[in-house]
Amino acid sequence: MNWFIRAFSSSIGKKQIMAVTGLAFCLFVTFHLLGNLTVYAGRDSFLSYVKHLHSWQWLVTAAEWILLFFAVLHISIGLLLFFENLRARPVRYAVKKSAGGRTIGSATEPYTGLLILGFIVVHLLKFRFVDKTGTNDFVILSHTFSHWGWVLFYIVGVIIVAVHISHGLWSGFQTLGVNHPKYMPFIRRFGTVLSFVIGAGFASIPVLIIFTR
Amino acid sequence: MSKTINLTLKVWRQKGPEDKGHFETYEAKDISTDLSFLEMLDLVNEKITLEGKDPIAFDNDCREGICGMCGAMVNGIAHGPQKATTLCQLHMRHFEDGEIVVIEPWRARPFKIIKDLVVDRSPFDKIIQSGGYISVNTGSAPEANTIPVPAQKAELAMDAAACIGCGACVAACPNASAMLFVGAKISHLALLPQGRPEAAKRALSMLRKMDELGFGNCSNETECEAVCPKEISITNIARFNREYLKASFGSSEK
Repeated sequence: MNWFIRAFSSSIGKKQIMAVTGLAFCLFVTFHLLGNLTVYAGRDSFLSYVKHLHSWQWLVTAAEWILLFFAVLHISIGLLLFFENLRARPVRYAVKKSAGGRTIGSATEPYTGLLILGFIVVHLLKFRFVDKTGTNDFVILSHTFSHWGWVLFYIVGVIIVAVHISHGLWSGFQTLGVNHPKYMPFIRRFGTVLSFVIGAGFASIPVLIIFTR
Repeated sequence: MSKTINLTLKVWRQKGPEDKGHFETYEAKDISTDLSFLEMLDLVNEKITLEGKDPIAFDNDCREGICGMCGAMVNGIAHGPQKATTLCQLHMRHFEDGEIVVIEPWRARPFKIIKDLVVDRSPFDKIIQSGGYISVNTGSAPEANTIPVPAQKAELAMDAAACIGCGACVAACPNASAMLFVGAKISHLALLPQGRPEAAKRALSMLRKMDELGFGNCSNETECEAVCPKEISITNIARFNREYLKASFGSSEK
């Protein structure tokens, strides 16, 4: 077998793909949030941000294809790891307690991951793959979030993303071997802060829209 | 006078590897709180033996917490509720009178149950055989201090080498992963100059053996670290991940 493929087919290799793609998603959602926050400056700022972003269309397209490729890797390898892990303990314990290591994020990682997949599909159908002739992103945004159902859907969706990141970020660094007495406490705290900022930041936008519409 | 307590034990009984197994309930009466957990099981076994039945089989050896032979899930936690303790060093003062105590063997696909609470941990030996050693010529002992080892490195290596291979990390891991065990074994050699020449080969072959034996994948739940009787840190898993990256992409080993 080719050494390169072999390196990524081991348990650590697969996890390192999960780590790199996952950390890339963390970077992506951070910039996604920063861009979306321009909505706080009003309709014109938001539309100007959208216009400027799409003036680099080749970059946006390239980023979309990379994200799609990473998503396919992250989801397929994540599922593979999940089923391998189930197989590693064919007989479950009658009584099993946490000794204090697990968190909500770590214990639910595969499930939040699948929920996020569903959330992203809906999100893309709602905002990415829609006919935008005769309308603009701000109109779609304010129209969607004029319904409480969509507001709640997005709040729940981003909370699930936040829970996923709360374990995923530091876990990614640990898997890449970045566990250093000086940096790890910061990375772990940063993961918690980032998940909170991502959750609260994205959730605030539909709330803002429905109240200021 | 020491206090005595009464307990209800629900113990996993399994005649052999092929048996389905089931829980059986035993009353443990007038148990001195000064007893260790295994001494309590000894008393229960004496009673079972006098009744002409088959006593509960469990592994043990030194009963000093240093050999790594004992271990079982006690109320869902590997080696029981006391931190940094093997089952033999867990004492009955940590239990309440009238408590129901569920005792189960380690469960993982590579660890076959031999009988009751006794599990086959030879997969750990197979991992060690695949690379958990250094190759040196035997003969007279080399001059001490020929190879300087910084004291901090020696301490870190000793911390990793404290692993007694009891298997609690695998038992506690939600994925039945052996990463803490292998990480400790990789680390204690990789940290020392004597271990460096074979570090890349070791990281690759021990990981491949671990995967082949059917252990799960680490998902950094850190349950292993929480139950480890020797408090082996997950920084050893990170070091293993680093060693693997270096071996895969920075060495000529395939």
